[in-house]
Amino acid sequence: MTALLEVAGLRKSYGDRVVLDDVSLTVQPHDVICLIGSSGSGKSTLLRCLNLLEEIDDGVIAFEGREISDPRVDPRAVRSRIGMVFQAYNLFPHLTVLENCTLAPRLVHGVSRADAESRARELLGRFGLAEHATKHPDRLSGGQQQRAALVRALCTSPTLLLLDEITAALDPELVGEVLSIVRAEAEAGTTMVIATHEMAFARDVATSVCFLDRGRILEQGPPAQIFRAPEQERTRQFLRRVLPGGGE
Amino acid sequence: MSEWSPSPRELERRGIRRSLRTRSILVATLAMIAVFALLVIGLVSSPGWDRVQDTFFNWHHARESFPDIWDYFWVNVKIFLIAEPLILVVGLAVALARQARAAILTPLRVLAVAYTDVLRGIPTVLLILLMGFGVPALQLQGVTNSALVWATVALVLSYSAYVAEVFRAGIESIHPSQLASAEALGLSRAQTMRHVVVPQAVRRVVPPLLNDFVSLQKDTALVSLVGVLDAVFAARDYGNYNFNYTPLVVVAGFFVVITIPLARLCDWLQRRMVEKERAGSR
Repeated sequence: MTALLEVAGLRKSYGDRVVLDDVSLTVQPHDVICLIGSSGSGKSTLLRCLNLLEEIDDGVIAFEGREISDPRVDPRAVRSRIGMVFQAYNLFPHLTVLENCTLAPRLVHGVSRADAESRARELLGRFGLAEHATKHPDRLSGGQQQRAALVRALCTSPTLLLLDEITAALDPELVGEVLSIVRAEAEAGTTMVIATHEMAFARDVATSVCFLDRGRILEQGPPAQIFRAPEQERTRQFLRRVLPGGGE
Repeated sequence: MSEWSPSPRELERRGIRRSLRTRSILVATLAMIAVFALLVIGLVSSPGWDRVQDTFFNWHHARESFPDIWDYFWVNVKIFLIAEPLILVVGLAVALARQARAAILTPLRVLAVAYTDVLRGIPTVLLILLMGFGVPALQLQGVTNSALVWATVALVLSYSAYVAEVFRAGIESIHPSQLASAEALGLSRAQTMRHVVVPQAVRRVVPPLLNDFVSLQKDTALVSLVGVLDAVFAARDYGNYNFNYTPLVVVAGFFVVITIPLARLCDWLQRRMVEKERAGSR
């Protein structure tokens, strides 16, 4: 089985500040990789490098067996295969939910309006947003908006889904409704790389957990190992702080 | 982390980026040359070109009329240097009057609405003609009869109406949450406007404001219609006397040269604002 995404020796800096340092990561089809670590550890930047929103300073990113970190690669071709959901939803406020969801299928993938709408409506219905399809995003609650953003990303049937702390702006009650969708997608076999602060969620859905600290992947392994028996002292420290009950 | 040095792959990539950049510069240059060559060829090969060149692009007449135009162009410069600050003040005042919510200020609000509706509706040319000829004809005591002054007043009144609407758009674009947080801190409506809303609004509307000012700089040419001796008047005078329109092209050149710095200032301000307020929020 060839890897869907292969990152080797990735480095990214803003001026003197090194944000990612020698990061290597392999994502197999149907993997759910959870990136954990404190704010500023480089999780978001890593995700943004993966779909070429940021130009990298060194290393190689290969997607579907082809190097996409080559400057000659058309980033739009890559992004049309990778979906991304942001912390602040980033829905287009001037379009209805349905229009948000059909924009990329119609403009980028050449799907007819009717087909795009029927697919979007089906997904919106599955995520409990059927009656909100013709509303504008600002009319919805945070949880509904984030679910709409997930539908927007899924409408193009991406082979890889990047989720950037998608529950960080939601109150605890709404977190559940968003995560249950992500969990369903994970079970359906969608390949995902997820930056998250939700440790319980990571423990449940991840096939592999990466702990990032100051731009490096300090430790990676199956959730059982990372959460129960972390090898690094730094990881233990972090988990003690974020897990109620002192890390186990 | 200082021990990092670019990998061979990264160095290769930099080479590729460089050559891609070189190629796009090359394409840009060739496209520019092609487009301008076509434009010039199209112009020069038109049937009446010789005639046009003689009446509009005559080097001799350009040189002859230049000193006069140069002298009188200062009239245009003076008009907009005086008018611009006045327009800013009047425009902002009208915009704020329109935002007033206190019951006692209702007449002010109605006046502001009426002012923008009427003054924006009248073509600037007509307003200059009406005021430049009309006000002196009133023979009022104690006020000047200078057509120059009244034409400038007409410009100020007309542009203030536009600028007021630009300010209003800026004020209304400030998110209600800003008002809410100012009110929650106990600020009065006037304080909220003065310290929270207007500073943000002004920053946002700088580009359209400068756009209006570029437009104003050009419209100072209209004062020649009421007999004010400015650069356009001088050019037309020369043209009528010598049967040659080259001076008009010369004046056009003056206006272009004077508006370019303002346009660049506008771009620069805009870029600086984006860098300062939106850093990393992509």
